[in-house]
Amino acid sequence: MYTKGYKTSISLLPLLWVSILLFLPYVLILCTSFWSVSSDQVLVHTWDFSSYQQLVTNPMYGKVLFRSAKIAGTVTLLALFLAYPLAYFLSFHCEKQQKWLYQLVILPLWVSYLVRGYAWKTILGGDGVLNGFLQYMHITNEPLEFLLYSPFAVVLTLTHIYTPFVFLPVYAALAHIPKNLLEASHDLGASHFNTFWKVIFPLSIPGILTGSTFAFVLTLGDFLAPQMVGGASGMMISNVVVSLFGAAYNWPLGSAIAMVILLLVVTLLSVVNRYEKKWSMK
Amino acid sequence: MKQGLHWLTLHSVLIYGFLYLPIGILILYSFNGQGVGGFPPKDLTFDWYRKLFQDDALWEAVFNSFWVALASVGIALSLGTLAALTLHRVEFPGKALFRQLVLLPLILPGIITGLALLLIFVYAEVSLSLWTIILGHGTVFISIATTEIFSALQKLPPSQEEASLDLGANYWTTFWRVTFPNLRLPLTASGLLIFTLSLDEIAVSFFLIGRTNTLPLEIWSRLRRGITPEINAVSTLIFLFSLVLLTVSYQLQQRFTNRSTP
Repeated sequence: MYTKGYKTSISLLPLLWVSILLFLPYVLILCTSFWSVSSDQVLVHTWDFSSYQQLVTNPMYGKVLFRSAKIAGTVTLLALFLAYPLAYFLSFHCEKQQKWLYQLVILPLWVSYLVRGYAWKTILGGDGVLNGFLQYMHITNEPLEFLLYSPFAVVLTLTHIYTPFVFLPVYAALAHIPKNLLEASHDLGASHFNTFWKVIFPLSIPGILTGSTFAFVLTLGDFLAPQMVGGASGMMISNVVVSLFGAAYNWPLGSAIAMVILLLVVTLLSVVNRYEKKWSMK
Repeated sequence: MKQGLHWLTLHSVLIYGFLYLPIGILILYSFNGQGVGGFPPKDLTFDWYRKLFQDDALWEAVFNSFWVALASVGIALSLGTLAALTLHRVEFPGKALFRQLVLLPLILPGIITGLALLLIFVYAEVSLSLWTIILGHGTVFISIATTEIFSALQKLPPSQEEASLDLGANYWTTFWRVTFPNLRLPLTASGLLIFTLSLDEIAVSFFLIGRTNTLPLEIWSRLRRGITPEINAVSTLIFLFSLVLLTVSYQLQQRFTNRSTP
């Protein structure tokens, strides 16, 4: 029922826009990663693998990447540990207040990302709220300087930021489980534990996967929280990219690292996607 | 089991504490005369709010942010509608790639998309300004508009458009009189979401910034210079503003859904 002219007129603009402002830019990262910088700081369009070679030969990059993956993994696990029981509690044991308690978990998502990072900075700092409190209560005499500017601060801040993100899909999965499935399981004599382990948990796996991928990917690529609360020991891979595009001026190397992050993320997403599909087919 | 339930309740209470404690502290210390840290808060005062209202640089950043958010909503909604219509009605080679590309900025860390856009602007010799941020936000948030509108289109019965076309209306009239009224809810919902996200966006803007700051970037640059409760005060105001926006969008959604299901 739609003519060719109609189809062209609706698709022309979005296709052009997406090609120029999404497709081309991503390709440009790839191209830039094969170029190099001359000794007088000019971008040279010669094609080689020198940036990737640097990534492999200089152990610093591998180390920072590994640290970032470790932080991202920790944040994901912590967020799951916090969000899953809460989602379970809201879906199965809390019928009356469910709706507004749910809203209450979502609400912090609307507090600016930057503001939440900043809040942790004021809490954990050497003359921050927590140290003030500890000294006021005479638990410590000296301010604890290791709280801020550490991987610990990064993990804490990012867990705070991403717990609601993990909660959302897990809750969606749990809330959609028909209650009569649980009744059937109980009637057939299964214990609470067995009902959870054999009925509820398997049905919530897609939610867990979606939530944890989201948290992992976004943490892995984060550069703002590490810069705010991480200090030198909490720097992550994206901070390296930022500095290579700034003061260190080496766009090809920065692009090469960005390509590695991109590749990691896309691989992870497609693996999870395939697994999720397989799981829901069962 | 009873025992388990107690643990579960305790765990949930603690999580609410964890989620809200930093926000509460932030708001409390916006009234603290003694700076952003220390305990207990002393000399409670409105001074930081008073300072805030006289801070021209900050208000300029607020104004910039609103302008950027409005313009990006415009771009994202119009292109998102077209992209959703395209995905819904047009078959072409590379459609799967097109779909992936539209959604990619939603899933990728902001740094990748920010960098990618920076490269194209620099290589095309476009000087960075609020306009590049608007183009960036508009492009990133097409993903949200497209997803919402596409799922609404799938629920629409094709018979309405068919009837309109059969009765002699052209495509243009059919879109505005038949399709568009059915899309008002997803358009409003995604518009409000994009508006709030754009106000808060920093990872992409970070790379596309020219000389004029948006609010998050203004705060970001102040964080390096040493911090005062003025930042707490402005954060509190942003929080309240998001709350209002959230309530409005919730109410709107309720009203729309009540009307559509008689």
